[in-house]
Amino acid sequence: MSYDKELLTHFYRTMVSIRKFEEKANDLFLGGVLPGFIHLYIGEEAIATGVCSNLSKTDLITSTHRGHGHCIAKGADLNKMMAEIYGKKTGYCKGKGGSMHIADFSIGMLGANGVVGGGYNLATGAGLAAKIRNSGQVAVCFFGDGASNRGTFHEAINMASAWHLPVIFVLELNQYASTTPYRTTCNVENIADRAHGYGVPGVIVDGNDVFAVYEAAKTAVQRARDGQGPTFIQANTYRIKGHFVGDPEKYRAREEVQAQKENCPIKRFREKLLADKTMTKSELELMEAAISGEIAAAVKFAEESPWPEPEEALDDVFGEGVWHYA
Amino acid sequence: MRKITFSEATLEAMTEEMRFDPSVFVMGEDIARQGGIFGQFKGLPQEFGFERVIDTPISETAIVGAGLGAALNGCRPVIDMHFADFLGVAMDEVFNQIAKIRYMFGGQTDVPLVVRAPDGMIRSAAAQHSQSLEAWFMHVPGLKIVIPSNPADAKGLLKSAIRSNDPVMYFEHKALFSQVGEVPEGEYFTPIGKANILREGRDVTVISYSSMVNKALTAAEALVKDGISAEVLDLRTIFPFDREAIAESVSKTHRVLVVHEAPKIGGVGAEITSFICEYLMDELDAPPIRLGLKHVPIPFSPPLENFVAPKVEDIVAAVKRLK
Repeated sequence: MSYDKELLTHFYRTMVSIRKFEEKANDLFLGGVLPGFIHLYIGEEAIATGVCSNLSKTDLITSTHRGHGHCIAKGADLNKMMAEIYGKKTGYCKGKGGSMHIADFSIGMLGANGVVGGGYNLATGAGLAAKIRNSGQVAVCFFGDGASNRGTFHEAINMASAWHLPVIFVLELNQYASTTPYRTTCNVENIADRAHGYGVPGVIVDGNDVFAVYEAAKTAVQRARDGQGPTFIQANTYRIKGHFVGDPEKYRAREEVQAQKENCPIKRFREKLLADKTMTKSELELMEAAISGEIAAAVKFAEESPWPEPEEALDDVFGEGVWHYA
Repeated sequence: MRKITFSEATLEAMTEEMRFDPSVFVMGEDIARQGGIFGQFKGLPQEFGFERVIDTPISETAIVGAGLGAALNGCRPVIDMHFADFLGVAMDEVFNQIAKIRYMFGGQTDVPLVVRAPDGMIRSAAAQHSQSLEAWFMHVPGLKIVIPSNPADAKGLLKSAIRSNDPVMYFEHKALFSQVGEVPEGEYFTPIGKANILREGRDVTVISYSSMVNKALTAAEALVKDGISAEVLDLRTIFPFDREAIAESVSKTHRVLVVHEAPKIGGVGAEITSFICEYLMDELDAPPIRLGLKHVPIPFSPPLENFVAPKVEDIVAAVKRLK
């Protein structure tokens, strides 16, 4: 399979943007700058990148509490993202959402979701609307192995399959449901096996191989656009960071994490680009430096942005406003 | 004026709105081939097809959640809960997703979704098919809640709900579906947030909504022979409730009774009477009274069922206590 350089550049740029955004977010959080809590996607970048590279701006995705990667891969603005996790007025949600609730409806990013397993039905409904409106859109639902045990999974995938909706269920099997190893709460090795019970193809890919994810998603998107219904993609990966920043990670050995770092999707992809002589080291370094600059600019934008006025807490509950008690 | 049933009135609203806007569709259990368990969707698929009148699996979380997803992608869905009681199955979708999407994302999107929920007591439907749950949703910022008491408002409020860019919970009492009433010809909208004085009076305001309005009107008529003039205010919208209409009526009568079929404890009446006590205390000549369901699950046997909800005699007696 050959890929044009533009696409490969896009893969690399997207994965590194996610990584650098999150490394910065990690530092900012540990420095006490960011309110709330954040969940990092580090080590899983190839999945959002490989999937979203098959989507157009009008296609839709639903994300999770670990959603920065999905946002960036779908084309979100780094400044608005950074400002949002700072809680600033210029953020995507005017500071009302934070890290767990970033959305950009203008690019079909229907929101990170603080409820594990909260995205299945939204994606299914978005796919239903696409079918009713004959819009040609595809809706992708990202979720984790923890979420795969929610009842919402069953209801949504059954409905999407019964109605042949253009929905793609992308399982990011990162091994841990919060702090719990998934095999202790799930008696199958491959969650994709469940897909067959719904009449849906269940595909298993190496989630740290951006090419493998890209190809699986490409087939799934084509199938969805052709009206053949949903696909379930299980992307095997590993959550390098804790459940949240600051997680003491007492549930796993450091050696385990260290070994998995060797399987870093960015490292693997970078080595391949160099080995294939698709890009030179200096080209890659130039790109990395440019991305670092963008992240620094995003931090500056967020730091210099104003806080929301306290009274703005009363706005945006309804489109057609209602009274508040004095 | 012509008279049609409450059920036919809702069907007219659906038909008019589905003709007006191709992005309006309806889904729920047993609504297309069966026409709805109360017949309220009969004939819709013949005009609009099974693509827009959709029989769903028995999957309440998917019905509600997919309704929301469709609302976020250019449709104006109407979803039917079969029985309001089943909202419990899908509560996460209602209060963590539907109610919060606009706010949590900083007002980026409209949420034009209507959740139709047949509620209330009817013919020994017992504990899991009889409840009135509107108060739950009043406690969640982000939801509008309407609850008609008659065919004309059933049509007008449903049309307003479908046109609304905010999510609307539309509660329709099962015992009202067969009720006949005057409904204007042609298109009209009943505004969300506006109460309606169904009977004017001088001595006491009876605030109610849904099927309990009929009992309030009967009680008001019975009170005439006792020389008591009762005003009956039909709230129609639970949230945002009509503060002006309540204030105007209470400022005239100085006495208030709130009556609903939902449990008295923690009910809508608690909020309404609190509002009155907090803001209109100087107008009151007597402490407000609330009537609601006794604090028990709704029982099956007719004498038990009949005992637990407010009756016309209870309303009459409560008004006399206020006087």
